Amino acid sequence: MALESIEPQKLKLYNYWRSSCSQRVRIALNLKGLDYEYKAVDLSKDEQFDPEYEKLNPVKYVPTLVDGEVVVADSFAIILYLEEKYPQHPLLPKDLKKKALNIQIASIVTSTIQPRQNLPVEIDFIEGRFDLDKKLLWAQHYLNKGFTALEKLIKDCAGKYATGDEIQMADVFLEPQIHAGITRFEIDMSKFPTLARLHEAYMKIPEFQAAVPEIQQDAPRGS
Amino acid sequence: MADQGKLTLYSYWLSTCAHRVRITLNLKGLDYEYKAVDIVKGDQSEPDFVRINPMKFVPALVDGDTVIGDSFAIVLYLEEKYPQTPLLPQDLKKKALNFQIASIVSSGIQPLQNFVVVNYIEQKLGSQEKDAWHIDQFNRVFTALEKLLNGCARKYAVGDEIGLGDVFLAPQLYYVIKKFHMDMSNYPILARLHAAYEEIPAFQAAAPENQPDAPSI
Repeated sequence: MALESIEPQKLKLYNYWRSSCSQRVRIALNLKGLDYEYKAVDLSKDEQFDPEYEKLNPVKYVPTLVDGEVVVADSFAIILYLEEKYPQHPLLPKDLKKKALNIQIASIVTSTIQPRQNLPVEIDFIEGRFDLDKKLLWAQHYLNKGFTALEKLIKDCAGKYATGDEIQMADVFLEPQIHAGITRFEIDMSKFPTLARLHEAYMKIPEFQAAVPEIQQDAPRGS
Repeated sequence: MADQGKLTLYSYWLSTCAHRVRITLNLKGLDYEYKAVDIVKGDQSEPDFVRINPMKFVPALVDGDTVIGDSFAIVLYLEEKYPQTPLLPQDLKKKALNFQIASIVSSGIQPLQNFVVVNYIEQKLGSQEKDAWHIDQFNRVFTALEKLLNGCARKYAVGDEIGLGDVFLAPQLYYVIKKFHMDMSNYPILARLHAAYEEIPAFQAAAPENQPDAPSI
């Protein structure tokens, strides 16, 4: 009996080179060995407001993942979806306490650090009301605060990576934030030795290297 | 069903993050000891609390000798350890919607009302600007949420069963409607959900004004 081989539909990731939320998902896809089609949404040109994109994702944020008929938005939701649907290279340990620690680290990044630098929100407001250089101070203040908290949390549980000797969800969320801190906000990482060490370790891993913003296809030349 | 050890919740009556955990504990029928941490007075820096949770964030849950910080981590821990009244559907798409709603609330809205941030803005720009900014941010995110919910809300946020999305939405809606008196006429689904949550005993018991550390008026 001839079997038709059905090519699984390729995953599509709508994302932006510099978006740290997008970078998280790129890392997760790479770690799980999942090919995907890169669909650029240029946030600097407000492409997230295009009607076509809005039809796909009414919330108009990036990233958005399309997996056949299923559309998932929000990096947290996407990564937990990938974790369940594609269990290879699991990003969450079985141990409940270690699992909770990974979620906590991810949550600290997404709710106390990343929103502070988030493009549409505070920068626009602040640029309108504050001096331009105060914008950097604002972001730096909260990044430093967040990194201080993370350093405290991770110091005692880090092994080779953030929560042990395997790459887990915490690492997937940490690296994009550290990258942004270094490349965009001039954070002095010598104050955060554990985070700095982790960043060095991540940069040796091909799956993390391939997700770096500056080498994405929509990154401007000379980034 | 896992045997329940002794659960202790470090909470502040008005914290929306603590409110999420209180709802979850109630929905799962879990008894707990309430330990108040007055974050306005700075109790989170007291040595006793720092010993429990060096991050100094509220809420923190103690379950036997396990300590978990961060409401997202706590709620997912409870979901796995005490699976009664599950908050996540089996269907992957519906599950993802619940995570998305929770994530929008916890990273898209709540950080903007965090009182440290709010005080900073008030200091720099004054009270009126602060309020204007708040309303602007709430409107922006509520517009997005309303659109998202339009596709998936039925009796509750994602379908007809209470889920993680509702657990995160309810405290946020409570805050903007009851404390901020926000005009919800542009957000009929959110307004309807708020009214539905107000009818549920597990949600009522978790409301800020019903907590031991709520000021008596």
